[in-house]
Amino acid sequence: MMSKPITVLVSIDSNSLLLGARHFKNYLNTLVENYNLSSMVEILETGSFGDYGRGVLFLVLPDDVMYSAKSEADIEKIVLEHFLKGRIVKDLVIAEFDSGGSVEASESSNEERIVLRNAGSIDPRNLEEYIALDGYQGLAKALRMTPEGVIEELKKSSLRGRGGAGFPTGLKWEFTQKVRSDEKFVICNADEGEPGTFKDRLIMEGDPHSVIEGMVIAGYAVGASKGYIYIRGEYFESVASLRGAISKAYEYGLLGQSVLGTEFSFDLSVRLGAGAYVCGEETALIESIEGKSGRPRLKPPYPPVSGLYDKPTVVNNVETFACVPPIIDKGAGWFRSMGTQSSPGTKVFSLCGDLVKRGIVEVPMGTSVRDLVHKFGGGIPNGRTLKMVQTGGAAGTFIKPEEMDAELDFDSFKKSGASLGSGVILAIDETHCAVDIAKNLMEFFAHESCGKCSPCREGTRVIVHILNEFSKGRGTVEMFNQLYDISDTMEESSFCGLGQSVPIPLRSILDRFENEFLSHVNSPVCPVGVCKFDKPEKKKR
Amino acid sequence: MSLVNCPDCQRLYKELDEYIDSVKGNTGVLINVLHKAQEIFGYLSEELQQHVSEKLDIPLSQVYGVVTFYNFFSMKPKGKNQIKVCLGTACYVKGADKILERLRDELNVEMNEPTSDGLFSIHAVRCLGACSMAPVVLIGEDDYYGRVSPDEVSKILDKYRRAE
Ligand SMILES: Cc1cc2nc3c(=O)[nH]c(=O)nc-3n(C[C@H](O)[C@H](O)[C@H](O)COP(=O)(O)O)c2cc1C
Ligand code: SF4
Ligand code: FES
Ligand code: FES
Repeated sequence: MMSKPITVLVSIDSNSLLLGARHFKNYLNTLVENYNLSSMVEILETGSFGDYGRGVLFLVLPDDVMYSAKSEADIEKIVLEHFLKGRIVKDLVIAEFDSGGSVEASESSNEERIVLRNAGSIDPRNLEEYIALDGYQGLAKALRMTPEGVIEELKKSSLRGRGGAGFPTGLKWEFTQKVRSDEKFVICNADEGEPGTFKDRLIMEGDPHSVIEGMVIAGYAVGASKGYIYIRGEYFESVASLRGAISKAYEYGLLGQSVLGTEFSFDLSVRLGAGAYVCGEETALIESIEGKSGRPRLKPPYPPVSGLYDKPTVVNNVETFACVPPIIDKGAGWFRSMGTQSSPGTKVFSLCGDLVKRGIVEVPMGTSVRDLVHKFGGGIPNGRTLKMVQTGGAAGTFIKPEEMDAELDFDSFKKSGASLGSGVILAIDETHCAVDIAKNLMEFFAHESCGKCSPCREGTRVIVHILNEFSKGRGTVEMFNQLYDISDTMEESSFCGLGQSVPIPLRSILDRFENEFLSHVNSPVCPVGVCKFDKPEKKKR
Repeated sequence: MSLVNCPDCQRLYKELDEYIDSVKGNTGVLINVLHKAQEIFGYLSEELQQHVSEKLDIPLSQVYGVVTFYNFFSMKPKGKNQIKVCLGTACYVKGADKILERLRDELNVEMNEPTSDGLFSIHAVRCLGACSMAPVVLIGEDDYYGRVSPDEVSKILDKYRRAE
């Protein structure tokens, strides 16, 4: 086996996957074939090499040269120069490692992997590898149970939706199952657009079959025969990964007519999103799948009663579906043995911002912000001090370092004011200004407001205007108070979750950094030195 | 760009029509068709929207409404290499605004407008789902650049200039 003269090891881990490692590896494969080098070059995947910042890492043996590739052109250079001509491509060579760049490089002893059980360790294009690791066992078992039995097991597991709201999944499925209808649908919400969240992408690109399997089980349980995966159009690799996995699943009889030889049939296809954050809201998403502009619908009726084409529809997040097969396979008791009483199981967190180690970790529900920041994230780099952490994503809460003992689960917002949301830990150090951070975030909401209702459309616009004034040194105490008034209005009267949730991050940052906001009032300079007072700003979006 | 004096367009329209015919019977395909159209033509001109409207038998106003609703669709030509700079919170914290500034200085263009040589255009986008690599720049569909520093910008651009 080791007879080929050149071996290339491609480092596959969460960060390099995000940089397109899989795509680059395939491209390398194609080039090697095109140049008739197949008998010369062996390409193997391997785990983390440790250094991330610089691109996807390729170790060429026996020369022991480590390359970092960032584009197809780089790969082509390596093939043409190194493999064909034997010349080392100097400008792509990495000399040193800082093996502290990622979460996986550390010994994450407390990690518990359910959702990410296979990501990074199997070839997602290869269905056999998934099956070899108990893949589709959950489905096989579910098909031997009654649909009610499957739902009962899920209810016992207390699995709650991982898309942010934490609604009990078993209950949602039960509602859908009980509605009588000639047609029902299952939709996977893969519109991941929460800034700071990249877990769904990793699941789809690292282990697409876990999502498909969860969806087929859902179809069986609720009596649906058609499913859609709604993916952000910008997630090109995720789209390719899922499309490939779907066609493999058809080939193996896991999708289509009589799944695994039973009487149950299930079809699945991919629908592309087109870059509107509000389409992550389930009814807007349904509108979008119907081919319309993605503006939310009035609720109730909720999708389990009337969803896609007004038929009963289950909508769940990618991570939620990925939890289902092992729950069915290993039982609700096993799942409940992890996490907290109200929120069992694990949660995938996206660690980002000013952290030494950034990346993805999967840990038991109830893990504290402190552990996520220090134990898994490695603390704050460059000897700086932590100023705040935003947990939960764009609509999540800002907390101060002294509040980091908060243990995150679906009830932590009520208990300690720190929300779990979609599992984002965004660390922000002392070099940042609270006004500036709030402004960037509110610009995001203003830009993504769909414009259907005025509290949100106008509210976000005014908020951005006020924050802009503050960042130019023109804020007033009245304006500061006005931000709270707008929050109240938006929370009470916005039409959908987008507008309703804007006050959560806004209030949390205003509450905690009141002094910093007010120190911008009548001040000639920004106290942190971030905001450029009175300098005209470049247009951003 | 009218159909008659653009032989290339005829080929492109044919490619699009083949796709439309393959999905036509299905419901809710407008967005997928627009994705395909933009992939083939680079952007969605009024003429192209008209064409899609006729082929799918959907009112032009509805097609236009959908095109303008979604950020992903563009009614203006873009550069050959679209440079997407993430301004999501995680990237912003890591200095994405400075990357954007440097890019605009280097290329001397407005946002969303192609450079005079047509080689580049710069777009501010929301989270690209690679936040651990912040700040993130995506060029084309696949070239993700992570942990970009302002000083790296010109080196990155050179790579695409050289490829010409
Ligand atoms: C503005 C907005 C954006 C949302 N974006 C997403 C998203 O990107 N992914 C997601 O799974 N859920 C998102 N949701 C939540 C969905 O509406 C829905 O609750 C979820 O998909 C249900 O799945 P779950 O029960 O598995 O969490 C969003 C909600 C709102 C209001
Ligand atoms: S709250 Fe905002 S996003 Fe939701 S419907 Fe109203 S305008 Fe649209
Ligand atoms: S406007 Fe705030 S410290 Fe800058
Ligand atoms: S915030 Fe930039 S990639 Fe997520």
